Amino acid sequence: MPGFDNARQFPQSIEDIDFSDIEEKYKVPFEEGFDAIIVVDNAPTVDESKKDKLLKFIRKIFKNAGNIKDIEMPMDPDPETETLTSKGFLFIEFETPEQAAMAIKQYDGYPMDKTHHLAVNRFTDIEKYSQIEEEYKEPEEEKFVEKEHLRSWLTDPQARDQIVLYRGDDVSIFWNQKTEPPEEVHKRINWTETYVQWSPLGTYLATFHRQGIALWGGPSWNKIIRFVHSGVKLIDFSPNEKYLVTWSNEPITLGPNGGAGTPFGPEDEGRQIIIWDVHGGNLLRSFPSSTLSSDGTPNKITWPMFKWSSSDKYFARVTQGQQGQQGQQVLSVYETPSMGLVGNKSIKIEGLVDFEWAPASDKEKEKDKHSGEKKQREELLSYWTPEIGNQPARVTLLNIPSKEIVRTRNLVNVTDCKMHWQSNGDFLCVKVGRHTKTKKSTFSNLEIFRVREKDIPVEVIEVKDVVIAFAWEPKGERFAIITTSDPNYGQPTQGGVTLKTNVSFYYLEKPKPDKGGPANFKLIKTLEKKSSNAIYWSPQGRHVILATLRSSTIFDLEFWDLDFETTLDQKEFAKADPAACLQLMSTQEHYGVTDVEWDPTGRYVITSSSFWRHSIENGYILWDFKGTQLQRHLLDKFKQLLWRPRPKSLLTSEQKKAIKKNLREYSKKFDDDDDWVKLKLSKGQFEHRRRLMEEWNAWRKRVEKELAEERENAGIVSPSSRRDDDTIEVIEEWIEEVVEETEEIIED
Amino acid sequence: MRPILLQGHTRSLTQIKYNREGDLLFSVSKDQVVNVWYSHNGERLGTYNGHVGAIWTVDVNSTSTLLLTGSADNTAKLWEVQTGKCLHTWEFKTAIKRVAFSEDDAMALAVTEQRMGYPGTVVILSIKNDIETEQSDEPINIIYPKGSKAMAAEWGYLNKYIITGHEDGSVAQYDWKTGDQIKSVKAHNAEITDLQMSEDRTYFITASKDKSAQIFESNTLNHLKKYMTDAPLNSAAITPIQDFVILGGGQDAMQVTTTTMRQGKFECRFYHKILEDVEVGRVKGHFGPINTIAVHPDGKSFSSGGEDGYVRVHHFDEDYFRFKYPELH
Repeated sequence: MPGFDNARQFPQSIEDIDFSDIEEKYKVPFEEGFDAIIVVDNAPTVDESKKDKLLKFIRKIFKNAGNIKDIEMPMDPDPETETLTSKGFLFIEFETPEQAAMAIKQYDGYPMDKTHHLAVNRFTDIEKYSQIEEEYKEPEEEKFVEKEHLRSWLTDPQARDQIVLYRGDDVSIFWNQKTEPPEEVHKRINWTETYVQWSPLGTYLATFHRQGIALWGGPSWNKIIRFVHSGVKLIDFSPNEKYLVTWSNEPITLGPNGGAGTPFGPEDEGRQIIIWDVHGGNLLRSFPSSTLSSDGTPNKITWPMFKWSSSDKYFARVTQGQQGQQGQQVLSVYETPSMGLVGNKSIKIEGLVDFEWAPASDKEKEKDKHSGEKKQREELLSYWTPEIGNQPARVTLLNIPSKEIVRTRNLVNVTDCKMHWQSNGDFLCVKVGRHTKTKKSTFSNLEIFRVREKDIPVEVIEVKDVVIAFAWEPKGERFAIITTSDPNYGQPTQGGVTLKTNVSFYYLEKPKPDKGGPANFKLIKTLEKKSSNAIYWSPQGRHVILATLRSSTIFDLEFWDLDFETTLDQKEFAKADPAACLQLMSTQEHYGVTDVEWDPTGRYVITSSSFWRHSIENGYILWDFKGTQLQRHLLDKFKQLLWRPRPKSLLTSEQKKAIKKNLREYSKKFDDDDDWVKLKLSKGQFEHRRRLMEEWNAWRKRVEKELAEERENAGIVSPSSRRDDDTIEVIEEWIEEVVEETEEIIED
Repeated sequence: MRPILLQGHTRSLTQIKYNREGDLLFSVSKDQVVNVWYSHNGERLGTYNGHVGAIWTVDVNSTSTLLLTGSADNTAKLWEVQTGKCLHTWEFKTAIKRVAFSEDDAMALAVTEQRMGYPGTVVILSIKNDIETEQSDEPINIIYPKGSKAMAAEWGYLNKYIITGHEDGSVAQYDWKTGDQIKSVKAHNAEITDLQMSEDRTYFITASKDKSAQIFESNTLNHLKKYMTDAPLNSAAITPIQDFVILGGGQDAMQVTTTTMRQGKFECRFYHKILEDVEVGRVKGHFGPINTIAVHPDGKSFSSGGEDGYVRVHHFDEDYFRFKYPELH
């Protein structure tokens, strides 16, 4: 409680009191009111007699925009006729700035009659533009600041990979260190509001905020660029990180000041998707969200809404053409950097459901790099349309920008199609869900397009059961599928009944050199009676993990090797039996597993249990590719973990081959490094523990001495001191009881 | 280490305690019964009947003549250990959550619950160790802890002060003569569930719902050690002979039905007392949270009482006593 002791310090009169803080707080904003006022130009000039008639007419026009509070039309005496005449403009005040904005939108350029087209402007705008200086002033040149090396993490001498970990409110970046605990690179609390995402080449880390997206990177993890998009929920980078697509469930509003201070213009109002230039941070184009399906009900958002071609050159999406009409779908393909439609027209495709771009092969990527802008490469996409009337369902391959159809294939009895491109774009597998004629049971077909061959031959693999998962081996010629004939499939199950599944591996059998003939996909092996429902190929191919996710009872992880090294005799055998090289390396369990993430090099894999799905044993386990557990971390409120992607290697395939050949030389150096780290660490740990022990013992000695002194002073003996081993007496009592006694005389 | 299972309670255990020699083990439970057992073979000697509410706490004096219990029937009772006769009943306004004899047996403290408008208190009772004499109803002092209510309390050595652990996670030192707070530190982020003294009362261990246990120096309340686990803790004990601490807990009883036994983490965990982050081992067995842990004074066995109604008495194997960090000795 402040007393009156310091009464002398009180101000003597009102003038001495500093009211500025209060004045600041209750300041009346003067300018605000002008936002609701518009200026209408190009009105007819009238004299006093026609004034009322004109105002009535004007009122009639503008009442549709909102409630008119006041109309003011200045009249001046005409120098010739001395009568009051209007000057061709008038002011209208609305109740709210929103109504004023509406009036501008609706009636700017409104043809009142043949000669008078109204020009409607905000009062504040006229004020603003009239104050612009006449003379052009060159903007000051900004000083060049060198940017940090955005790919510095790739120069790590041990070629370690980074992970981002989101837990509770903390986001941290770590180096993965195999068996040693991960080394923290950077950490921020509340770095993101919803989740984090890497750009596809790993250059940027995107964080989500109420106001928009921020990208971070470089060795210091500073903010590189911001994209203002209120309420942004989903983002998607183009494959080469040139462009960023953002989606917000809130339509863009310009606010009362017409979007000043934001990157938005009037044309962006009400739109939900924005495409940005990642390097410059500029808004390139906005799009309305196609959230309404043909019958007018809100659609589910499918993300990414725009799909990018592999070179970043084109992006496309499916939209409903004419509103509300069935079967009037169009494929809108846009070009970068102009952001316009290719050929200024969308492609009308009746019934179009989905499409996928073909990934570029390594060769094509090389070419893109060298040719630059000179030559346009045709890019391939595939799409499918369902059965409509008598027309069969159809899968089509289309070239962009020529819009030339390369291949079509008709299909019947189709319920659904899923298109899977192999990562080099060599093959397209269309997983066709089909039904029998009675529509009672469903089964699957795999239609494999061999895109690189002449005329694009299609091979069909019939699968009796339903295919629930399909995955190509990255850069390879093999794929894995998971099928099920479980009656529980497709049923809404309670508590997550785990389906019985079969896993099959296929490979491309090359024709024998003496015989020739086409190559065909052949079954390697089917693994029966599994519970696995997800396939995770190593990014380098060869190794694959079969996981059982979303189950409440089974959490199995199986680590398979498809090129298991066999002995020489077996090699002969392997030619006859393709399954000889298929080897289960390890079966593991991760209780509560929700996600599986391979590192970009295929050396490690992390399985995690995320707080977003459940709160069972949240945390993650680091495995090597063989399925050996390296580390396990239980982390409360663990949410998300992502490996930082790596850009494509700069080495040519010849260089890679040479390294593989001389692997032993290189690996020796790394083994030595590993040993050294281990030695250093165990020594550090030993020192740490030794110090702890010494500290504790010293503390005990001091405390015990103090205690003994205090006890002596008090004259009370420690009650526990008498409990020494010497004073404990163990008394053993032997009690012998005679139960019965009989006497027998034995005669010999 | 084959445990002995003591099946004498029909509801969850609330506290167990060894007497000074360690030959007897007292257990109290929500089923309103006090049991006494032979600790070496698990044979039950007898029961102390008389409480009409869940019993929260028990303590025995150093000569194993008197037993003090506190119950939800708003009473604390003093019993003759040998005969099971109730010698005295103190009546309170609210439940008794914790009792503890002082080092010299001349006094005992009783922690009362905060409820129905009554504040939580720590009452200091005078105890006469002669069985024939009438006990005094009048407490020596009543301490009203500041801020959050006390959950557990213990005496310092030479009755210098008492130490209390609170619902808000703080640990405080009180002068029991004046009732004044001497010191307080914010130790945990959630309520403290247990507080046990070291053998010579120079340091103590706290267990908390914030999934950690900590060791403090009694005189200064200086933080010495911290043990992080992955489950809320209900009890923590310090072992003689070996430098270990034993921590027990698990998912809350209320949530047990929604979790499997495996998720519940109903295990006794052994941590190295000095090295902190070294988990030495775990003892499984209970199928509910562990509510209370007590270590035999000679350090050769320990017991745990669980929400499942069982007491498990564990005698350590030979290799427990041989365990050593070779590099540190």
